[in-house]
Amino acid sequence: MCLAIPMMVVKKDGSSGFVEAGGVEYKVNFDLVPDVGIGDYVIVHAGFAIKKLDQNDADETLRLFKEMENL
Amino acid sequence: MIKYIDEFRNKKAAGYLINEINKYSQIKNINIMEVCGGHTLTIMKYGLKELLPENINLLSGPGCPVCVTPQSYIDEAVALSKKKGVIITSFGDMLRVPGTKSSLLNEKSGGADIRICLSSMDAINIAGYNPDNDIVFLGIGFETTAPTIASSIQFAKKNKINNYSVLTSLKTMPEAMESLLKDDKVNIDAFICPGHVSAITGTGIYADIPCKYKKPCVVSGFEPTDMLEAVLMIVNQINNNTAFVENQYSRVVDNEGNIIAKNILNDVFEPYDAKWRGIGIIKNSGLKINKKYEEYDAVKKYSINIKKDNNIGTQCICGNILKGINKPDDCKMFAKSCTPLNPIGACMVSTEGTCNVYYKYKKV
Repeated sequence: MCLAIPMMVVKKDGSSGFVEAGGVEYKVNFDLVPDVGIGDYVIVHAGFAIKKLDQNDADETLRLFKEMENL
Repeated sequence: MIKYIDEFRNKKAAGYLINEINKYSQIKNINIMEVCGGHTLTIMKYGLKELLPENINLLSGPGCPVCVTPQSYIDEAVALSKKKGVIITSFGDMLRVPGTKSSLLNEKSGGADIRICLSSMDAINIAGYNPDNDIVFLGIGFETTAPTIASSIQFAKKNKINNYSVLTSLKTMPEAMESLLKDDKVNIDAFICPGHVSAITGTGIYADIPCKYKKPCVVSGFEPTDMLEAVLMIVNQINNNTAFVENQYSRVVDNEGNIIAKNILNDVFEPYDAKWRGIGIIKNSGLKINKKYEEYDAVKKYSINIKKDNNIGTQCICGNILKGINKPDDCKMFAKSCTPLNPIGACMVSTEGTCNVYYKYKKV
């Protein structure tokens, strides 16, 4: 129910716009994260972008996982 | 490869994390409750229980909104679906939840106008296209979903959409987690806290749990490597004899959460003592529409009296499963008379319900 996935903002016009993941575009409402822009990643739930994903933080976690591969 | 999803399913990193968990978790049995149904799904889908050492016991919690929605709520929705001119709009899972005598799916097959929506804004659109009908949205969920429903109510008020109302059964997590810790039959050493609830609320909402009950709380992401890292964080806290709120899902979750979403939520809703299916009433654990937006509250619009719940079924142990006291295999009806196609208890209905997930991935 609280299922939500990261998707990239591809179009935005005020409150509504489109996000994309794996080639699928999906219409969402941006009222809960009004300040995001094209190219940002947002967490999408129930037709709304609910939070901006911190790409620097995500990349840092992925770097740590990469390091673990060799430990 | 889907960015920021597949990369968090790193097999080699998972192997390293499992070795570390094995190395440091030898001391004693550790009961970890994953509160969120989404986490239960990840655990079962990727076989994480089988990968972890035997002394780490993962327990599913009450974090599936469909599963904890009281039977009386379904009865009210069924009654509303029979009213002339009413269109019921709902997330799909709700349709198969059994009420006392019927389900919404039964009513739909009998001709009631019941439509599945992916978002409360879909219901707003249906209201626009059907000005002569009254649209009732079944607003269920936790803190993740509540602001999206609040936003639809604000939109309706701003745009003077008068044929839209919401029958709410919204709930909040920390109160439920605390109520479990007060239950003598429940034995939890630590919590994996719900990631997307925390995206809205921030990690601050769990602060009382380590302080008052000395139980570690780790907010986790939903991919398998995320969850293994969260388990390792809990093991380390227990080994170090500490308990605090730790955040594994920092790419999405921070301390303060989404302030805009919280403001929208607080503008529309107020807390009340909510009823949880199988658990009972938990103080201040629900959100209902406040006076400012009362014309959008289906309870007021249709003068609904919430009745007492009847028992779900004599043998159904959903309540104990939601509290982590029992597992689905302990239920006599599991995978026999109760299946996803013919669910008797609500935990078998939702795709994130503990019984449904066990049925699907344990290949019974």
